[in-house]
Amino acid sequence: MADREIDEATGVETMGHEWDGIKELNNPLPRWWLWTFYATILFSIAYMIYYPAIPLLEASTPGISGQTNRTALKAEIAEADAAKAGLVKRIAESNLETIRSTDELARFAVAGGASAYKVYCSQCHGSGAQGGPGYPNLNDDDWIWGGDLEAIYTSIKHGIRNGEDDDARDSLMPAFGSDEVLELDEIRQVVQYVLQVSGQEHDAERAALGAEIFGDNCAACHGDNAAGDQDIGAPNLADAISLYGNSAERLEAQIYNPQHGVMPAWQTRLSDETIKQLAVFVHSRGGGE
Amino acid sequence: MSFLDKHQKLERNLSLMFVGSLLAVLVGGIVEIAPLFYVKNTIEKVEGMRPYTPLELAGRDIYIREGCYVCHSQMIRPFRDEVERYGHYSLAAESMYDHPFQWGSKRTGPDLARVGGRYSDEWHAQHLKDPKSVVPESIMPKYSFLANAEIKPESVTGHLKANAVVGVPYTEEMIENAVADLKAQADPDADTDGLEERYQKISIRDFDGNPDALTELDALIAYLQMLGTLVDLEAYKQEENLR
Repeated sequence: MADREIDEATGVETMGHEWDGIKELNNPLPRWWLWTFYATILFSIAYMIYYPAIPLLEASTPGISGQTNRTALKAEIAEADAAKAGLVKRIAESNLETIRSTDELARFAVAGGASAYKVYCSQCHGSGAQGGPGYPNLNDDDWIWGGDLEAIYTSIKHGIRNGEDDDARDSLMPAFGSDEVLELDEIRQVVQYVLQVSGQEHDAERAALGAEIFGDNCAACHGDNAAGDQDIGAPNLADAISLYGNSAERLEAQIYNPQHGVMPAWQTRLSDETIKQLAVFVHSRGGGE
Repeated sequence: MSFLDKHQKLERNLSLMFVGSLLAVLVGGIVEIAPLFYVKNTIEKVEGMRPYTPLELAGRDIYIREGCYVCHSQMIRPFRDEVERYGHYSLAAESMYDHPFQWGSKRTGPDLARVGGRYSDEWHAQHLKDPKSVVPESIMPKYSFLANAEIKPESVTGHLKANAVVGVPYTEEMIENAVADLKAQADPDADTDGLEERYQKISIRDFDGNPDALTELDALIAYLQMLGTLVDLEAYKQEENLR
């Protein structure tokens, strides 16, 4: 090592080398910095011992904690399930009416149903259960397949026209126009009649003609007074609430070549307890019967 | 020269410094990358993964072309909130035929790794044409043009070949029949025996509600309805793969 010399201006030792008259001062890193650096090295060693870290031939070292994302997830889910196990068990053992009328169970069911609703139902029925064209509003009291707890439960469990559940709700309105059951003008008269019974603007003369056609072709399912029949999923036509729209054009299109909605059979994806909670939740939205 | 001063020799010799730094980087690379190829618990055995069908592959190309990955991830992380919302956490093997993979790095929309079978085809068609019509608060753009854009089936053969080159096990037979298979998957009336034999767990139907045309909407919905449905998670032994 070359002889060290002290820089005159600063009084600091130099590194002992020189390029073109330029010398480097030997200013070491601050102590606190150095010790922090050594501490991080120690920390990394402790970390490697505590957590899985070093890859070996078969697997990496498990570490003394044995901690992994997947074990942590399993424990977390088990803990959450255990926390609500008591109430879930009571939901499983109670019938829907008991759940609805027992404060504690109803609160749990509505909260659990609301969170399941957000995940599985909101995409079609809307995040506020307000529905949309083709997807029924669940907040009102206009039900197609019935609005009591059992009916809602059955609709969720087996679904509607999904072709995968034998007990799925099923109904099919004939295509009165495209299958040439009625003339277009007759369909338009029926539309006037529907507008009349639902209290909307209509042509009374044509509605009277439509009433007759309605009696012969539609009343079998929708009823003599157009009030519908929830047992066979025939919507009430007298309430000015229509799944595919209320205007004369929309009604005409729906009689000419009807659209039919599909709902999955949720029993293939959700537990019975969850379906019960969903039924109580939907029932609680305001239209439950 | 004491031992601690030996580094001066390294620092004064450019070639030696280069070789030294190369060795240091090499060690880091070997320790971090090499084990992934042999350590047992990074290689998961799963049942049911198969190469994508020609129609799904075409849909996947549209998915990439339209930049769906910019807002949608395809990786469910092993956390309770994600597992309860999206389903079983994603397995590495589920991306084994993805070139490139679609894990994504940002979620503006929901994760799509297990969206398959979750909604009806009608819902997908309506949602892709006008997302706000089914989800009013959605900020997803409309992709209604997909319903009018017809697919050119001929180009899919090249896609299969390219995937085969990078290791996807498409057989000669699959490549030969690619164009016919693409057309047949969206046509319930077609003869699909060969197609079903070549690709397990395949959905064959008209996806976009317009049986007269084979559109990009057909392909994209076919792809979406397949996502996350291939691997048999019941058979996947969770206990053996806790890590």
